Amino acid sequence: MKKKNLLTRVIIIAIVTITGLYLVIGPRNHRPGLSDFKWSGIKTNLKNNIHLGLDLQGGSHLVMRVKTEEFLRRLTEEDYAAAQNAAKDAGFEPKGGRADTGAGNYRIVLQLADASKAADAKTAVEKKVELGDTNVWNYSVSGDTLIWAMTAAAERTLADNATTQALNIIDSRINALGIAEPTLQTHGAQSSHQILLQMPGVQDPERVKDILKGESRLELVHVVSPPSPSPATTYATQAEAIASLNSGGTIPPNRRVLPSSERLEKTEDPNQQRQTRWVVVELPAIIDGSELRNATAIPAQGGRADDYEINFSLKKSGADKFGAWTGSHINEYMGVVLNDEIKSIAFIKSQIFDSGQITGRFTKQSAEDLALTLRSGALPAPIEYLEERTVGPSLGADSIKAGVRASLVGLALVVVFMLFYYRGSGVNAVVALLLNMILMLAGLIVFGATLTLPGIAGIILTIGMAVDSNVLIFERIREEWRSGKTIPSSVDLGFNRAFITIIDTHVTTIISSLFLFVFGTGPIRGFAVTLVIGLLVNLFSAVYVSRTIFIWLLSRKRVESLSI
Amino acid sequence: MGNRRWFIGMSVLLMLAGMGSAIVRQATGRQAFNLGVDFKGGTVVTARFKQRPNDDAIRAALVNKGVNDAVVQPVTDRPDTVLIKVPLEGEGQDGRVRVREALNDFGREAEAKTELEADPNASYKIVGTDAVGAIAGAQLRNKAIAVTLAALVGILIYIAARFEWTYGASAVIAVFHDVLVTLGFFSFFQIEISLNVIAALLTLVGFSVNDTIVVFDRIRENRKLHRRDSLYKITNDSINQTLSRTVITNGLVFLSVLALVLFGGDVLRAFSLALFIGVVFGTYSSIAIASPIMVWWEQRLEAANREAALTFNQPKVVKPAARPKQALKSASKRSV
Repeated sequence: MKKKNLLTRVIIIAIVTITGLYLVIGPRNHRPGLSDFKWSGIKTNLKNNIHLGLDLQGGSHLVMRVKTEEFLRRLTEEDYAAAQNAAKDAGFEPKGGRADTGAGNYRIVLQLADASKAADAKTAVEKKVELGDTNVWNYSVSGDTLIWAMTAAAERTLADNATTQALNIIDSRINALGIAEPTLQTHGAQSSHQILLQMPGVQDPERVKDILKGESRLELVHVVSPPSPSPATTYATQAEAIASLNSGGTIPPNRRVLPSSERLEKTEDPNQQRQTRWVVVELPAIIDGSELRNATAIPAQGGRADDYEINFSLKKSGADKFGAWTGSHINEYMGVVLNDEIKSIAFIKSQIFDSGQITGRFTKQSAEDLALTLRSGALPAPIEYLEERTVGPSLGADSIKAGVRASLVGLALVVVFMLFYYRGSGVNAVVALLLNMILMLAGLIVFGATLTLPGIAGIILTIGMAVDSNVLIFERIREEWRSGKTIPSSVDLGFNRAFITIIDTHVTTIISSLFLFVFGTGPIRGFAVTLVIGLLVNLFSAVYVSRTIFIWLLSRKRVESLSI
Repeated sequence: MGNRRWFIGMSVLLMLAGMGSAIVRQATGRQAFNLGVDFKGGTVVTARFKQRPNDDAIRAALVNKGVNDAVVQPVTDRPDTVLIKVPLEGEGQDGRVRVREALNDFGREAEAKTELEADPNASYKIVGTDAVGAIAGAQLRNKAIAVTLAALVGILIYIAARFEWTYGASAVIAVFHDVLVTLGFFSFFQIEISLNVIAALLTLVGFSVNDTIVVFDRIRENRKLHRRDSLYKITNDSINQTLSRTVITNGLVFLSVLALVLFGGDVLRAFSLALFIGVVFGTYSSIAIASPIMVWWEQRLEAANREAALTFNQPKVVKPAARPKQALKSASKRSV
């Protein structure tokens, strides 16, 4: 062994060790001072440097799914209603038709009274409604029936867009709530339309869940009713409302029947169950929530002291539309609809441009939450929660304690055994093992990986794997030595031969861990991360470092015996 | 090696017992495996009390609030804590909210931001929840199976590339055996299978393959050194040469896992237990299953090749391959 070779090795090891140690226990925000070398200083630095998973530091983990099928259904139904109206306006009174939204197929079907006018009707409809894009709608005609079927590609793109949009809205809502360090990302395969939200420190996610789930689809609609001073027409049951339409028990495409939970009289006992009435409104709405500029919760005027309502204002484009409509519908009734439910009905006293109120008996909290969701915009589709995991900080602390205890006990057992069984060389293995621990933590920090409870289990297993490398090498050296070789050549042969095996075992384990990392979820992933980092580090600590120690031992003097 | 028939027989018996337990359970309408909420869906609420009411009282309070099939399970490490498992409910039903309603019978919950001890008026606090819906459960289950199989295929390909495909296949069969035996154990004792248990199964796959590779590596090396020896003898020698390493390493891993079982806490208990069983069988299978299968397979191939070669060159002389049998006898005294 050459001296120079040894020197290079020692320098490399020293640099790696010091860098690793600094990464693990060095301070991040200030120059290292004396206090950083005290036990408490090391502890705080360690805590700051290692990013703990939610299961250890406490927090909420939510997986939700955007119901994109609902988004496509609504889109198809709206376009169908618009197509019906467009055909009617152009003088091609449709005989019938429907919007098919079942079984993942979205189709708009229009049946004309006169089959010979199919081509003209198509042109007229596509002029008003965006059904002409052949990338989105596949048009076909048979006799008097016009069919637009949504293409599979468009279904996918629209659903993906809805998910992205939902993600952005959720993001703005979380920011508005002031949640610290949230992680928000899509989850699983793209086609699953899932969103993962992690909120460190949030133990009680119920309010957050409700706020995120709030669709907050605001619409201002024209209520079908004789104008004021006669009261707005409402019906006691849904069937009654539908019967009033005189269309044979079905709702025509340009009408909607919505429940109204408005308080009918101011004097009503607030504790009494609010009575649901049914109201017929026009479709499409006058304007919808996309035209909102702002929404704020304010105490209700003239109401009870703890009642709240929401003031909203409209953007320029919405205000123009709204102003024009209200100007031409003085004394008629308008409804404020939130998530398909009428919140209030009022007649138009004079032209209104850019503001309005949502009344209803809101508490301060619920009015503020609603205003928040209105400001962030309506979700394109409802969301449902698939998975929810919360860990309180005390439970996390218990897990850390248990994990650290198990690691230390495992490490101690291994160290004692190695020292006892391999004597002098055992020291070598123990040095390699401790270095492995430090570098593994450093690796976690460098890659920005989070340490989870299964991750701690991964560390304990790495102890086992790491020591295996040393056992393989030492056993081989012993074997070569016993067969009569000199000490230096036994050491050389032992390392060389064992190295092949070590590579094979490490690669196979890394292969299976990579599968875990790429395809695994949550805890499994945290486990794979520590295991992979630990194994990579191990090639350095158990092979390179151990070998260097042997080279140094053998270079000091003529060796006649080896403590192994 | 000499006792391989015994070993393989015993393994088959163990696998049959475990899988038999699963099948019988399935057939008689009970659950084959005790799947946790991760795979089955449902809610687990971890609640910590100042003075924990007994399990029956908690159950009664739950039933009172309409939660009928809840399982109340004490935590062995922490006598003040219970796990309350609520089966999967319809959409919009929040298990956590319903459990809280029931627990309010025992007093108030501590405020969201305060610890239980810091709130003098509180009598309990929900310190953790795991709620998994039906879709997520199925997804996690399918993913777990897919990941396990993919990892096995990855291992098979790597070993096949580094050695021969018979080696790879034997190693994978041995590992498969370990996984089946461990799963059988989980079925028999109805220990709950969570995501962590799947992680443990995959780790044990890694460990078991490691042991197998150490032996195979030695076989490869010895085959180069002793070209005239039979594969049977070489394998036997290789197992013996690596035996000390196998015993020491697995002993050490066993110690680490034991530390995990004893001190790793309740959350990791099932994980540690799976590993515990897995390490024992992983060690055994790499010696007693993987190598014998590989040798048997290679001998079969060799015999078939020789026969093919003989029939091809000298169609009339058909001589059964005698050498492997002789070698088999001479070596059978040295056994593991």
